[in-house]
Formats: sequence, structure tokens, C-alpha cells
Amino acid sequence: MHVTLTINDTKHSLDLDPRTTLLDAIRSHAGLTGTKKGCDHGQCGACTVMVNGRRINSCLSLAVMHDGDAVTTIEGLGTPEALSPLQAAFLETDGFQCGYCTPGQICSATAMLEEIRAGWPSHVSETLDGPALPTEAEIAERMSGNLCRCSAYPNIVAAIRLAAAEREDAA
Amino acid sequence: MTREMTHDGPDADHRLDGMAQGVLGRGEPRPEGALKVTGRAVYTGDQQAPGMVHGALVRATITRGRVTTLNSATVLEMPGVLAVIDDPRLVRFSGQGATTKPPKADAAGVVYHGQPIALVVAETLEQARHAALRLTVDYAEEPGAVTGPEDPAAEVELPQKKQSETGAPDAALEAADTVIDRIYRTASMSSAPMEPHASLAEWQGGKLVLHSTLQMLASAQGQVAAALGIEPEDIRILAPHVGGGFGSKLGISPETVAAAIAAQQMRRPVSVVCTRPQSMETTSRRSETLQRIQMGADDEGRLTMIGHEALVSNLPGQKFSEPVQQATHFTYEAAHRRVVHRVARVHRLVAASVRAPGEAVGATAFECAMDELADKLGLCPVALRLRNIPKVEPGTGRPFSSHKLAEALTEGARRFGWEHRHASPRARREGEWWIGMGMSSLVRVNTVMEAKARVSLSLDGTALVETDMTDIGTGSYAILSQIAAEMLGLPMGSVETVLGDTDLPASSGSGGSFGAASTGSAVYLACLELRSRLAEAMGCPEPELTLKDGHAIHDNRKVPLSTLMGGAAMQAEGHLIPGEAEDKARQATWGAAFAEVGVNAITGEIRVRRMLGTFAIGRVLNAQTARSQALGGMIWGIGMALTEELVHDARDGHIVNRDLAEYHVPVNADVPALEVHFLEERDDWAPMQAKGIGELGICGAGAAIVNAVHNACGVRVRSLPMTVDKVLAGLVEAEADQG
Amino acid sequence: MRAFDYIRAGSCKDALAEAETPGTAFIAGGTNLLDLMKHEVMTPARLVDISRLDLRGITLTDAGLRVGALVSNSDLAADPLVRRHWPLLSRALLAGASGQLRNKATTGGNLLQRTRCYYFYDTAMPCNKREPGSGCAAIGGFNRIHAILGASEACIATHPSDMAVALRALSAEVELLAPGGGRRQVPLAAFYRLPGDTPHVETVLEPGEMIAAVLLPPAEGGRQIYRKVRDRASYAFALVSVAACLRMEQGRIAAAALAFGGLAHMPWRSADVEGTLIGEVPSAALFDRAADLLLAEAKGQGDNDFKIPLARRTLAAVLAEATAEDTEGDRA
Repeated sequence: MHVTLTINDTKHSLDLDPRTTLLDAIRSHAGLTGTKKGCDHGQCGACTVMVNGRRINSCLSLAVMHDGDAVTTIEGLGTPEALSPLQAAFLETDGFQCGYCTPGQICSATAMLEEIRAGWPSHVSETLDGPALPTEAEIAERMSGNLCRCSAYPNIVAAIRLAAAEREDAA
Repeated sequence: MTREMTHDGPDADHRLDGMAQGVLGRGEPRPEGALKVTGRAVYTGDQQAPGMVHGALVRATITRGRVTTLNSATVLEMPGVLAVIDDPRLVRFSGQGATTKPPKADAAGVVYHGQPIALVVAETLEQARHAALRLTVDYAEEPGAVTGPEDPAAEVELPQKKQSETGAPDAALEAADTVIDRIYRTASMSSAPMEPHASLAEWQGGKLVLHSTLQMLASAQGQVAAALGIEPEDIRILAPHVGGGFGSKLGISPETVAAAIAAQQMRRPVSVVCTRPQSMETTSRRSETLQRIQMGADDEGRLTMIGHEALVSNLPGQKFSEPVQQATHFTYEAAHRRVVHRVARVHRLVAASVRAPGEAVGATAFECAMDELADKLGLCPVALRLRNIPKVEPGTGRPFSSHKLAEALTEGARRFGWEHRHASPRARREGEWWIGMGMSSLVRVNTVMEAKARVSLSLDGTALVETDMTDIGTGSYAILSQIAAEMLGLPMGSVETVLGDTDLPASSGSGGSFGAASTGSAVYLACLELRSRLAEAMGCPEPELTLKDGHAIHDNRKVPLSTLMGGAAMQAEGHLIPGEAEDKARQATWGAAFAEVGVNAITGEIRVRRMLGTFAIGRVLNAQTARSQALGGMIWGIGMALTEELVHDARDGHIVNRDLAEYHVPVNADVPALEVHFLEERDDWAPMQAKGIGELGICGAGAAIVNAVHNACGVRVRSLPMTVDKVLAGLVEAEADQG
Repeated sequence: MRAFDYIRAGSCKDALAEAETPGTAFIAGGTNLLDLMKHEVMTPARLVDISRLDLRGITLTDAGLRVGALVSNSDLAADPLVRRHWPLLSRALLAGASGQLRNKATTGGNLLQRTRCYYFYDTAMPCNKREPGSGCAAIGGFNRIHAILGASEACIATHPSDMAVALRALSAEVELLAPGGGRRQVPLAAFYRLPGDTPHVETVLEPGEMIAAVLLPPAEGGRQIYRKVRDRASYAFALVSVAACLRMEQGRIAAAALAFGGLAHMPWRSADVEGTLIGEVPSAALFDRAADLLLAEAKGQGDNDFKIPLARRTLAAVLAEATAEDTEGDRA
């Protein structure tokens, strides 16, 4: 089937088996292998990308269902020469080790900070109507859909807090 | 030129402390970090090759027997399907590490439920996966499958080398003032690296080029060669980035061999990426353990007797058995000792090394028993440990290469605020939560492996480090660059490290915490050779030569390196050879873990509130990557203590929870703020005075949590993981006791 | 994954017409369906994509709240009306899955989630739910996550949803569209079925029927609590969960609605339990009586025996919290 995806502002016209997941379309057909396949079943978060601004598990979505959608992957957030604030923060705090879950962590964190900004509550929020704040506990809960077997979690939380604080300063 | 060093004894020179660049030990960011955070680091499964097709493994659905027929005809008619491969060279499970012996071939002979038995190859991934699921298989089942180590039908072996007895343990136990005699259990566990096992094989004119998720390339090359019946020279393995291994990628796995065979047969590149269930079910696991720990102590808390019996399991014929008691021999003093090690032969996925084989489970259980002893003696758990630290290795009388356990314990206790712990359980409550503290010693044997590396110095003032070493998240890129930068007096940005290619000098590979010290030493030696040549050109003895920021300095003379190089690039190899040092002294890394937990008095849920680890690992090569390794180890301790259990169905041994939804590795919310503190140390018996850090964190940390749970709520759980069902049972029992 | 024909529906009418062909499944968020299709536990020959249909509204009406079937779990949890009047629903949603999954998963799809039973997921194992008549491997197998209430000889699976537990306590109804153009409303109480001899039939949905909306009656005042016990601090399915809406008047329980997750093939609710509470002064003995009633018929399978005391204790804790006099916590 013919599918058009806009990935990182570039249009990709792809001819796909309807079974192709968004993840496999991004990786194998659009050739953007930064997005990783860790479990292929929505259990690890390594495949996290943003679709129309929202983070999702790209492994649990069919590419054909995203015809016309705008997808942002890790490659679209920054380059080694021009890192996004979160990418730079992960580097600074050693928010990764093997690096395999990292693209998913960073895409997830990028969208997660927007969710906080939009005031979405989380499981650990004291109240449902209070302001959402990027505290350690809030970040840890909201990032729990991204497993890291190297267990860089404390450094991941530190990286996200760093980037969130920098954004506050800039705002 | 190769600079060789056989590691026969201590080295008190500490040359690295005399270097001038000042980059070693610093928390330098990972040189490959920018690639990783931007998705530009290319892993095995990211590789594509022109004309590449896809393979999918097929799984046995019996526990023991033989494949009689693969009903290939129907799947061969399916769209895109190219072949069903059942080559007798296909292997049944993953190989062990540091050996060129391949895993058992003849995949048609089924020895565990879930074993790969064939590979379906198709044009696309979707086609291959679908066909593999649809392939029907006929079997001749064999009776007598043994699915668990405690099955009375299990054959139990006692490998002679792993049994030992000193003094009169039974009499000592009988005579002891205080006795502990307890059974502990730890669960079967999965390495579960985030990157599934994967291989891409391509034959180029009789040579096999293999991209594969492997930790140790040189030995894997030998395994692939032996598995396929070709020469190692005809195989090139590439693994510049590996998405975690934790032991499961030490040896080759079924998909490695399957990809190579398929690519040969298809004359096309073949990619085989394991599904998550396959990655957990067809590679290897950590054996479950049953441990009986006996201790006798006098009134002062001095151990008189230590007994440690273990029952572990593996497939029939497998030499590896989880070395549960590896550190029991030397951690604490006791005149009378007994170690009994039993291996039950079971039809379950092969057992092999998972992060810190031995101490991860052995020290953890032992440290739980120590807590019970402290409790019984009415002694502070830290004091009990301090009282039993041996001066020389018990049994052998060998010296310790260095020994910082006492300092790790006292410094850890001080930093953690251990003095605020209540000696009795159920003393601190916040709402529904019992709060408690626990601690444990950390201990892990330390070893080095043979390793080679090449360092080249260019006229433009840059250096290139080359070795087949892997970086599985451990920080190899960073620390090898740092060693070269320090030795050659170059800024970090002037050193490039290239890894993960068997065309490069053979390193130790990554595993057993030996990678940094072993391969690092090879880099160190190569640099020493380059320094000698530069010193010669400078006209001074090498030890007097100062190298800094691309310049050589001696006697008030400062010369750019290029001037000394005589117009030509320089190159040297370093070669570390393990020698007698290991026999002459007991080498280990030491530490202590402290944990504060909350236990929900109603549900039995456990939350780790904070945790601190002290670590003595010799020279720290990179403060940041070492800290990350220590954190990772401690968090694995959390997983072992609280959530991780690979469940085998008692009826057929198959792994019930073979995915990341139901095999519970800790998530971010399970992990509190953790503190890591390194003790300043140089171990003269370790090359570069540096030891390993990848595993120490898990070697006891789980016990700190178990002990903290007891301190919180009075419940002792002796079967890990401590899931709510087990804690709840203890809470209910305690309430009943209290009427 | 078995190959399938993909049809994108332009309207509900189209979707319903397409669904008349046997072997057709609707797909919206896909987070559970694709998971199962990859394992070939589910093998639809045709997929009708309803994700672009106009079923995304959350509207307040005189009858309560109408939640379109395609509203994502994230949007529903964050909706100001839901947060304010049905905080239980927000809490339950936020206790489930992960941020990524909640962004994709829909209200209708969440209701239709299939069980997490390991043996249902493993096509090498017998499972009456997946393959009627093949047997149940969970009975006599590893059944730590399985049902203690309402199970049968054929199936001991549990329903995994958190959201559905909250909806059950909130007395939600489900609006269904039939292929012929019919529309019916089914209370959640009647929507799910116990396994009996036909565990593969999980709801009263007729072939081709589609969930259009979930309807919530106006919120009763009082405390709303969702408490979930699981094996990790986050991102794990419930071992036991309790959803409670409870209103106190003059020191007595004036209204109580309680639903339970992790215990049965469907979100569990018991009129007896609620009846015994209403009109009473809260006490530990009262909560115990409520638990006795809840668990009178409970039957463990071995590995899941702990759910019986766990449910008892969790219920008591939730009731204690809901009847406490302090003012903290979510109130409608």
C-alpha cells in the first residue's frame, strides 16, 4: 500500500505491506534507524517517536494508519553538531550507557515535558488540578514507559531536570 | 613493535599517576555519546545490506525429543518465503564466554521447550515472521524430561573442584554459641539487554562478514568458525555498538549461526533479529539457586564456622554452573568451613553467565544470612562484618591484593546516616509504611584476560586506538581514549578509539568486569612503547619524559610531538598476558551497600527510598562511567531483590514470562536517588592499579534491600524476588503472632 | 502477523458496513490488537481502521458525560471535566500502562483489552479463550495473575484494564452501533461476560457491532479513590485494584460504589458489599464484613492465593481512606 509520512519535515512516499509497523517503516523503509526496536510489543519504549507532537510506541502502530501524519524521530531533534537541550543534558549527566534505549528516552522526554507544560497530571500527582511540575518523582513516573536495562535511571532523571530547568530559565 | 607484559606480580610504580595530561580518572563524557543521543550510533539490527533477506527462528514446542518432520511445503508456498533451513550445524542455545567452543549443534535434537529448531527465510521481515509461526513440526518426544532442579528425578552432580572442607565444620557448628542455618532461594533470571540478539551475515568471496550483537569478538570468531566448520581467518565480526549484553552476548547465539548458514545457502545477506521472546528464550539465563547457609559464631560475633551449600541447574552435559560460592571462600574469616556445590541436570534453557555470575546470587544470600546472624547476636550488622574481615585469604594464606572492605563499611555507614537506624524492626512508621534500613558488604573476584591493542600516533598530533574490544555501555570508548590521552599527553579530542572489529588486535572483550583493566592495559602498554620511542628521540629516559598537550617536555626543553617523530607516523601494539599474579594474591573488589526502604503494612509493596554504595575498585579510570556502572549494578540489585523472576512452567520447563511486560526489570519509578562513593585506591596487583566495576554493585546490593525490609516490618523473605505475595504472607503471619 | 486487507473507514456507516464481512476487526489505537496480531493470537483477515472517525468528543449532557470511543486514554485522563467530577476515572487511567500507550490507546479499545494470561499469549499452549476446546494451561500452570472470582473450569483469566474498573464503579454505560444502523446502550455491568464454557466470548458485542461512546451518569459527590497494587511502582498490570466512590453523611456511609480489578474475568462489583456498607458507621469490623462478602466465593489456584488476603486488606485500606474525616484526596 502507498503511504506518505512526513518524518522530521521530510516527505517519504513509501510502498508498504499493510502489516508494516510505523517502527519498521521508519527504520527499514525510510532508513532512519535511530528509533530502536527493543521488544516490538509496547513493553519497553525504545521505539518511542512523536506523531503530531505526541509520544507513542511506534511498534504498536501500523504505518498505513499514519498516512499524512507528521512524525518526529530522534534524528529530527538534533544532530551531533547541534544537539537539542535534552540530548545535550543526557550527554552531560551520562543519562545512558549502551545507548540503545536512549533515542526512545529522549523522544519520550521531549514530549513528556510538553505534557507537563500542558498541565497533565500523573499517577504520582498529589492533586489532579494542581500545576504539574518536573520533580524527580513526576519525571520518574512519567518516564516509566521507557525501560533502561543499563539502569541509567537516576542520570536520566537528572538530565531531564536539567533540560527542564534550562527551559524555565529561558522562558 | 609490540610491548608485552606478563602480569606476574605487583607493580608499585603507578606510572599513570606521574603523567601530566590529567584526563585519566576524570568524568570525561563518552566520545560516542553524541552519536548515541542523536540516533546516529549504528547497532547490529540497524545494518542493512543490498539484497538483504530476513530470517525468523522457529521454536520447539516440546521439552525433550527429536524433530522428525518440518512440514516446510506449506510455508514455502507462502508469499515471499525462500527457504526453511534445518541445517545440522544450527545450534540449540547460546555459547559460553571466553571459549572458542561453540554451543551444541544439531538443533533438531530438542532439549528444552522453546529451543530454536529451524530458520525460515523470506524476502521481508513480515513474511518471515508469519511463516515461522505457521510452520508445523512433527516430533518424536522422549520421556524423562526434568523441568526443575528440585524434581526428585533430576540427576545431581557434584563437580569435584567446587567442593571444599576445612577443619571440622559440623563439630564447630555444634559448639558454636550462636547458629544460623537457613535456606535461601534466588530465581532464574534473564539478562534482558534492551537490544535483542541479532546478526546480519553476508558472504564475500568465501569470507563471512558478520554483524552481530556480541560482547567478546575474538572468542566468538572461534565459536562461529567451529560451528560452521571454517577457519577463523575467514570470518570478520563487527560490533562497534552493542546495546547491552550482561552476559547474554558473551558467546554466539542460535541466530548468529542461523544467519551465517542462511546467507551461505541463499547467497544473499541474511538478517536474523530475535523477537523479544526469542531473545529471552533461546539464548541463556542465570540459574535459579537454592542455598543453605550455616554459620556458627562465638558470643562476640566472631565466625567459627561457615557452611554454604548450593543447588543450581543446567542442561545435561553443560560444564558451566553458577559459581555461587565464588566469594564465600575469602569474604569472612572462620576456621571451619564447608562448601558444597550441586548441579541438577534439567531441561530448561541453558544457564550461563549473567552479570556477576556467582556473587550476584551467592553474596546476596550470604549477606542476608549475615543480617540474620547480627540480629540473633544483637549486634550491629556493620560491626559484625568488621569483626570478621580476614587478614589473609582463608584457607590458602595468600595475601589480599588490596582490601578496603572495612573502609567501605565504615565510610558507607557514615555517609548514609546508618546511626539513625533502629536496631529493632517495626520502629519507624509513616502512614501505611514501615520504614527500615539495611546494609550488606559487596564483593566480587577480580581478574584480567589476555588483551591486545594498537595505538598509532600521527604527525598531525592525533592518536588512534584500535582493538576488537566492545563497548556494551561500559564506557570502553571513553576510558581507552583517556588512557591513550594520558599516556601520550594529548587532549581527549585528539584521540580516536575504534572498536568492535575482529580485523583489529584481539582484546579481552567485555565481560566479567575485566574489560577495562585488561584491554586498557594493552592500550597502556602500546602507549608505553610509543613513549619509549619518543623518549629516545628526545634523548632522555622514558620515565623522565613528560608528554602534555601534544608536546614532549624534558629538562626545560619543549618539543611538539611531530618534531620527535622524524616525519613518520608511529605505531605500537600492547599485549597483556595474564600471569602468576592471580595465583599469588587474592584479588577482589570490595564495597558496601546501604538501603532505606518503605514496606506497605497493608499490601506488602516495597519502595526503595534511597540507597548508597561505597566502592573500592582500585584506580577509577573515568569517574562518570564508573559511577554509571555502579548505579547500574545497584539497580540490578533492586531488580533481583524485588521484581525479577524468569518463571519456568513446572510441567514442561518453558519460560512463562518471556517478555518485558511480565519479566519485570525495574522501571524508572522503582529507582530512587542513589549515591555512589568511590574509595581512593591503587591496587598494585592489578595492571594500571585498576580493577573492574561492572559487576560489584549487584554483588550483595539486593541483600541490603532484603535486610532493610526486615528492619522495616520484621518480615524475613528468603526467596527472591520479594514480591508482594511473599511479603504479605509474612505480614499476615506477624499480625497473627501478635494476636 | 497474518496478512490482512486494510480498509480505512470514512464514516461510522462505512465502518459498520465493512464489518459485516466475517473475519473483520476494527482497529483504532491498536495497542492491544497489534500486540496480539504479531503473536498471531488474533488473526483478522480484514482490518477496518476507525481511528479517523469523529468519535473523539467529550461532552457534558444532562445525562452525564459522553465520552467518544476514540478519545485517547491521555485525553480522557487530562480532561478538566473528568478531573473535576470523575477523578476516579483519571486516576485509574493514569495508573495504567505508560504515557506513550495512553496517548494511543482509546476508550473503546481499552474496554476491549484482552487478558494478559501468559498462556493466552503463547500459541504453543492450550487456551480455551484463544482456541475454544483446547483446554486451559493456566489451571495447573503458573497462575499468579489469575482470577479468584467468577472463574470457570474453562478459563481463569482476568481482565487487565484499570479504566474499566473505574467505569464499573461509576456505573458507566456503553453505547453500541449495530451494522444495520441500530444503536443500543448497555450498562457496563451487562457488557462483560464471565468465562463459563465460552471464555472466547468476552462481551455482549454482536458481530460487527462497534462501541461509539461511553456514558457516565452524573457524579455523586464524595470521595473517589483508585488504588492499584502491582509488582512494580509503575508500568505493570494490577494484581488487585479497588475503585471506590463513597459519600459520607453525618458520620455514616450514605453511598458506596466499589469495583475491583485483577480478581476476575471482568471488573467486579458486588451489590451485597455495597449494601452492607450503606447506612453504617465506618469501622474495621464493617470493612471486614464487606470483605467477607466480596470474597465469600473466592477461590485461589495456588500461585494466586495471595490475592484473597490482598484484596481484603486493600479494600479495608481504601474504605478507611474514603471514610476518613480529613479533607485531602480527590473529591467529586
